[in-house]
Amino acid sequence: MSNQKPGLKPTKPVVWNDPKYRAIFFQAVLALGLIYFITTIIGNTLTNMEARGISTGFAFLSEKAGFGIMQTLVDFSAQSSYGRTFIVGLLNTLLVAVLGIFLATILGFTMGVARLSTNWLVAKMATVYIETFRNIPLLLQIFFWYFSVLRTLPSPRESLSLGFGAELNVRGLYLPSPVPETGFWLSVLALLLGLAVMFFMRRWAKRRQEETGKRFPDGWASLGLIVGLPLITFLLSGQPLDFDYPELRGFNFKGGITMAPELLALVLALTIYTGAFIAETVRAGILAVDHGQTEASMALGLKRGQAMRLVIIPQALRVIIPPLTSQYLNLTKNSSLATAIGYPDLVNVFMGTTLNQTGQAVEIIAMTMAVYLTASLSISYLMNWYNKKVALVEH
Amino acid sequence: MTDKHVQRPDLPPPVSEVGAVGWLRKNLFSSYVNGLMTLLALWLLWQFLPPLLDWALFSANWSGETRADCVGEGACWVFIANRMDQFLYGFYPAQLYWRPNLAGLVFIALMIPLFIKSFAWKNWLGAAILIVYPFIAYLLIHGGWFGLSEVETSKWGGLMLTLVLSAVGIVASLPIGIVLALGRRSKMTMFKSVCIIYIEFWRGIPLITVLFMASVMLPLFFPEGSDFDKLLRALIGITLFQSAYMAEVVRGGLQAIPKGQYEAAASLGLNYPKTMAFIILPQALRLVIPGIVNTFIALFKDTTLVLIIGLFDLLAIIQLALTDAEWLGFDTEGYVFAAAIFWVFCFAMSRYSIALEAKLHTGHKK
Repeated sequence: MSNQKPGLKPTKPVVWNDPKYRAIFFQAVLALGLIYFITTIIGNTLTNMEARGISTGFAFLSEKAGFGIMQTLVDFSAQSSYGRTFIVGLLNTLLVAVLGIFLATILGFTMGVARLSTNWLVAKMATVYIETFRNIPLLLQIFFWYFSVLRTLPSPRESLSLGFGAELNVRGLYLPSPVPETGFWLSVLALLLGLAVMFFMRRWAKRRQEETGKRFPDGWASLGLIVGLPLITFLLSGQPLDFDYPELRGFNFKGGITMAPELLALVLALTIYTGAFIAETVRAGILAVDHGQTEASMALGLKRGQAMRLVIIPQALRVIIPPLTSQYLNLTKNSSLATAIGYPDLVNVFMGTTLNQTGQAVEIIAMTMAVYLTASLSISYLMNWYNKKVALVEH
Repeated sequence: MTDKHVQRPDLPPPVSEVGAVGWLRKNLFSSYVNGLMTLLALWLLWQFLPPLLDWALFSANWSGETRADCVGEGACWVFIANRMDQFLYGFYPAQLYWRPNLAGLVFIALMIPLFIKSFAWKNWLGAAILIVYPFIAYLLIHGGWFGLSEVETSKWGGLMLTLVLSAVGIVASLPIGIVLALGRRSKMTMFKSVCIIYIEFWRGIPLITVLFMASVMLPLFFPEGSDFDKLLRALIGITLFQSAYMAEVVRGGLQAIPKGQYEAAASLGLNYPKTMAFIILPQALRLVIPGIVNTFIALFKDTTLVLIIGLFDLLAIIQLALTDAEWLGFDTEGYVFAAAIFWVFCFAMSRYSIALEAKLHTGHKK
């Protein structure tokens, strides 16, 4: 017979103290509040728009726009539709973003490494660059390059020659454009072939090294395949590539590729501003790799360059890449400042001119925001995936 | 006997290892490549520094009243001096400058004790600066009470407006950001998803579209007849935008608090609001002060965008002054001046944030 008393049963809280019911209650309140808020706003907006005679819906996208755009990557004329202005703006935004990302990455990596240089003067100069341009508003930098530098350049008649047929003047930067002639496809084919062979050769070289320990000079071989092979083909097939040089005709340059001063100022400012941030990211990434790693690779007998390439950089990249992509995103979002100097990006063309002409603020702002949101969310989704993939498995 | 060991004095170190020569060899010419880079860097400096200094200092015009006083090749700082009042206060009436000045002095006076180590009431003073001071500043600058004449916000401008925009943006977004950060870590799905959607939405779009929305769409959202000040619209947009960034900063602080703190609070019988208010947030917010300063720097630079919706902050008012027919052609001076002001503010704040980070992390770092 046991005289152990039955354990006390936990008391059940009263309904309004039970966390489960509380959670349901609070969430219901939030849901109701949100529904009320959203319906009020939609109701207000609809009445306000009706009162001002603004039509709703996306029918305006197929209407004739009736204005011209200074720089377009696809065909566009005043006869084109408002929907087309969206495409033109989007492509121009992408153009700035791609150019900016490419150049800012180069500048940022160079400056980030330079700041860690053992050369005192180089390190100090990189520091001055980073600390100066990081702390000045981007819009101010855009204005400076546009109004103070590019708009004060000489007229086309006194254009500055930069060599290789490139010309810089107040109307923009003129570059020679390559014109492929018959037979050029052979060189392209050689390049593709070289890339394919390089891929298989690297796999073979790696397997052989793992099995026998013998090294294959794959760096030189790759260089030969992707540079040498196309170059030889190009020379053998009689150099089938011509350049269209910009030439002064009348008051302006004709031919070649033209970069308008607006585009140039925007790309310059975005590159220099974002480059400073990327440099800091790179520096932090390299510093995050423990010094023991360098010492260990020295102890294994790796040369300095090999230690960098095989040990330090792969580990630094793990730290660098997530903040680097958020810098790329920032650059893309910041490219919307184009509107301040009149470069026809998405915000300027679509949210500016098209909105002013049609008055359909809600649809247009929603579409513009959707573009930036899609870009941000998809990139941050990719980043999370990447982070999970490269994350160190710690015990 | 004669082999007695005699300590000889140390030889001096080789000339190539110490002093100026040693320093140069070590830091500038340690290898051929380094030597080459040093020479290249020196050449670059030689190309750019002397003309720059000459333009900005030696050949510059410092004194005078009119455009005619600007002769020669150098910068015309007369232009800046001439417009200084406008750059600082916008179109604020000149005889009332003492009001924003007083507001600024009060702020500085309130801030000083925060830097004194032995001052015991730091938390209370900090709270007062965040909650009470904005109203004092508003009453002073805007006026319209106690015999102070009213100055509409359309007359505010220059550096004053830049400071107002960024300070209000931070102060107003802090409480919203805290709520959002707590919501994002909530176990209730509804709260969590609403907060995530809010944060990711505002972080995904550029500030310029937010300002456009605030100036074009906000009036549509409210019942007819409700009229909004342009400045207020910009402030609403900035606050909505900034609170999402603030939420992420605060979330970082919340994540840094070890689980034991929550468990300790629970074992003491504290409920959720008390746990947060007395245990978690005081620790988390202390940790995120550097992060808040960093978002403040970003916002301070971003306030320049209000120029696009027609407010006259420091950059916009300089841009306006550049179009003055009497003072055409001094763009560079204007931009350099604006850049210098922004730089001093941002650089000082970033140094402060770094120092604070070092201080807060002593012995705390994992």
